[in-house]
Amino acid sequence: MINLETPKKHATLIDQAHQLAMNMLRPISRKYDRAEHTYPKELDMLAALIDGVSETGATSGAGAGGVRRDTAADDGADGGGGKVRNGTNLASVLSVAEMCWGDTALLLSMPRQGLGNSAIASVANEEQLERYRGTWAAMAITEPGTGSDSANITTTAVQDGDHYVINGEKIYVTSGERADSVVVWATLDKDLGRAAIKSFLVRKDNPGLKVERLEHKLGIRASDTAVITFTDCRVPAEDLLGSPEIDTKSGFGGAMATFDNTRPLVAAMAVGCARAALDLTRDLLEQAGVVIDYDRPAQSQSAAAATFLRLEADWEGAKLLMMQAAWMADNRKPNSLEASMAKAKAGRVGSDVTLSCVQLCGTLGYSESELLEKWARDSKILDIFEGTQQIQQLIVARRVLGLTSAELK
Amino acid sequence: MSFISSLRPGGRHGLSSRESRDAIGLAVAAVGRLAQSDLIDRVGLRKRAEQAVYSTTRNGFRVATAAGRTFARAGRNTPGARPASAASRGVFDLAPTDDEAMLLEVVRDLAAEVVRPAAAAADEACSPPAGVLTAAQDLGLATLGVPEELGGIMDERSATAGALVAEALAHGDMGLAVATLAPGAVATAIGLWGTDAQQQTYLPAFTGGSGAVPVAALTIAEPTVLFDPFDLATTAVRDGDGFVLDGLKSAVVRGADAELFVVAAMLEGTPALFLVESGADGLEVEADPSMGVRAAGMSRLHLTGVRIGADALLGDTDGTAYTECVRLSRLAWCALAVGTGQAVLDYVKPYVNEREAFGEPISHRQSVAFMVADMAIEVQAMRLLTWKAASRATRGQDHAREVGLARQLCAEKGMRIGLDGVQLLGGHGFVKEHPVERWYRDLRAVGVMEGAVLV
Repeated sequence: MINLETPKKHATLIDQAHQLAMNMLRPISRKYDRAEHTYPKELDMLAALIDGVSETGATSGAGAGGVRRDTAADDGADGGGGKVRNGTNLASVLSVAEMCWGDTALLLSMPRQGLGNSAIASVANEEQLERYRGTWAAMAITEPGTGSDSANITTTAVQDGDHYVINGEKIYVTSGERADSVVVWATLDKDLGRAAIKSFLVRKDNPGLKVERLEHKLGIRASDTAVITFTDCRVPAEDLLGSPEIDTKSGFGGAMATFDNTRPLVAAMAVGCARAALDLTRDLLEQAGVVIDYDRPAQSQSAAAATFLRLEADWEGAKLLMMQAAWMADNRKPNSLEASMAKAKAGRVGSDVTLSCVQLCGTLGYSESELLEKWARDSKILDIFEGTQQIQQLIVARRVLGLTSAELK
Repeated sequence: MSFISSLRPGGRHGLSSRESRDAIGLAVAAVGRLAQSDLIDRVGLRKRAEQAVYSTTRNGFRVATAAGRTFARAGRNTPGARPASAASRGVFDLAPTDDEAMLLEVVRDLAAEVVRPAAAAADEACSPPAGVLTAAQDLGLATLGVPEELGGIMDERSATAGALVAEALAHGDMGLAVATLAPGAVATAIGLWGTDAQQQTYLPAFTGGSGAVPVAALTIAEPTVLFDPFDLATTAVRDGDGFVLDGLKSAVVRGADAELFVVAAMLEGTPALFLVESGADGLEVEADPSMGVRAAGMSRLHLTGVRIGADALLGDTDGTAYTECVRLSRLAWCALAVGTGQAVLDYVKPYVNEREAFGEPISHRQSVAFMVADMAIEVQAMRLLTWKAASRATRGQDHAREVGLARQLCAEKGMRIGLDGVQLLGGHGFVKEHPVERWYRDLRAVGVMEGAVLV
């Protein structure tokens, strides 16, 4: 039976995430936006709290690690024509959205909830999953000369006995300094193209790994973004995630599968950040006497109200596309197309909503005395990382039109 | 209209009232008038004079409404039977129920095999062919929103089922979808808000199975700028134990054939709904062919001192039923936009893959492919908003916000999809060999329409 409400079984989790966001993240949101590169020590306690709740099993996977597609784990509910699952993927996107309603940068800084953890959850085998339990993993894909064309990376991994030796430079590594491990993409053989790209888990105490510097950024300033170099960095062979075989048929699939799981999460970040702006703007407009009426035609209302209705409608579309992608993952349906649709829509809506809210609120919105200008800076990265707007459109277009990457470049 | 007055500036021929004619302009206008009439008549080129008969494809002629059938009064003046709301299991789910899926399969076949092939001719004729109407009636679509105990086909009322059906039909053609769903809008309204007497009097004609379902029209819109359905110009005034209606309604589906109208009018400052049978004194209908949705035979309904009984009031007088009616009607238009938007997407996909320019399919260019990607993204967003609103209505939950947002998104993105659809076909999009220009015209309706359809 068609129903697009927040799942009843996740309602408590989402309420808790909202309270955490409101009472722990918001009070320190501006502080760490100003104090870029300072470790938000308050997050240690928060992470311990989340770990504690997770272990009780009550949250069904609230964070970035909750995207694994187990064969048995989540319980379902009978939805008419068979078992319909509302599982960890839906729980994750909804709780991540709530946390980013609090502060996107702090969510990205949450210990043990890195994008690398999502990668581990997506592609690691059971043995690795057990061995990496409790690690905080950053994700290192982008290089100085390689952004969206991640099949083109130049970092190499050469087998040497029961080790791989990694050499190369990675940039834009979120939580690259604070995390205790890094999932790094490297090629086993540049000539074999994307099929030879594998991901490795590298411990931060590995002497071949060096954090070179931290970036100064437009937004999400509380999140540390590192440049990391790998120089003859020896990694045990059992830390290669997934299969070591170079299968030119399945090719890039293994590494890229991570994105099917992380893109809805990034969409969730944009949905959460944008809702923060909508919630505050609505309140400020109403205090200024603007009435937002869902029944009267928008063109008969004030321009501010009409703008707000347009923004909220777009936002609702982004949120539902995000929920759709997660729901499909929960129900074991392939969701590459829907994940990219969600990320494309949420990414651009995130920017439009947060920037328009600053516009609606004038210099009040532009000033650091409110958080609206911060959200308008934070949201921009969400239309860039984990695949830019244009990459998502490429993926959607190829899927919809049945074109290969050679045909639609 | 005299010769001189017809030369007054402004108001007509698409001229703003700020325009003025100078001496040369007056002279040119005078020559133009002569060219239109006398000179051409003198050399015998003018076609025979138009007769003042109702034609669905021309406006300007007002005729009395159809004589219509007699609805035998029955039942008591107590609240009618109300359809049950579906229970919520609290599970996020995008799969229709088994009943909905079965119904949908049949309607999709109808849309593909009967509706789509008839669409171009119906658009031209501003009228639906009998075959399409009969096929829809045979499926029981007019009684989709009617409780089972009153002869409906679904055991639970489901706005979701209504939205899914509207979407599927509009994938065939929006105009024909509106024509086939219009009687169901009136039947659903009577099912939702009618008294026992109103249900006993009117619903058997819709659910009887023998004979044609009455042509019926739910009329809310009025032809004014910045029309607001909560601030109507049409009025209902209490008179003895009845009402007198005065006003002008637009977007009236198949007005000349309609036997029963539901008319929205202000009663003591609050909008309310009234059942008006055709043939009543003071009712006149005028064809109002519009940009699109032409197969629905859009017309205007003139009400001049129309007297109706106390039993004609449909629903309450505090605006509750009326507000619900406006929302459910907008929801139906959203579903139609989703269906037509999907039709555009499905049509441009093979076109851009097959059409070659500069030695390769145009779909191999990002500027083309990204337009298609955005169509796919936005039509799905429109669908999810519409489904969310419909499913809330199905479960009896408040859906004011969800309908408002769905309408906003469907009006804006739906039109964008129509616009881009024509653009992707280039010149081929502009000519009637392809249906995309019709979908462009149809999709403009979504933001302006009120009434006519209901889920």
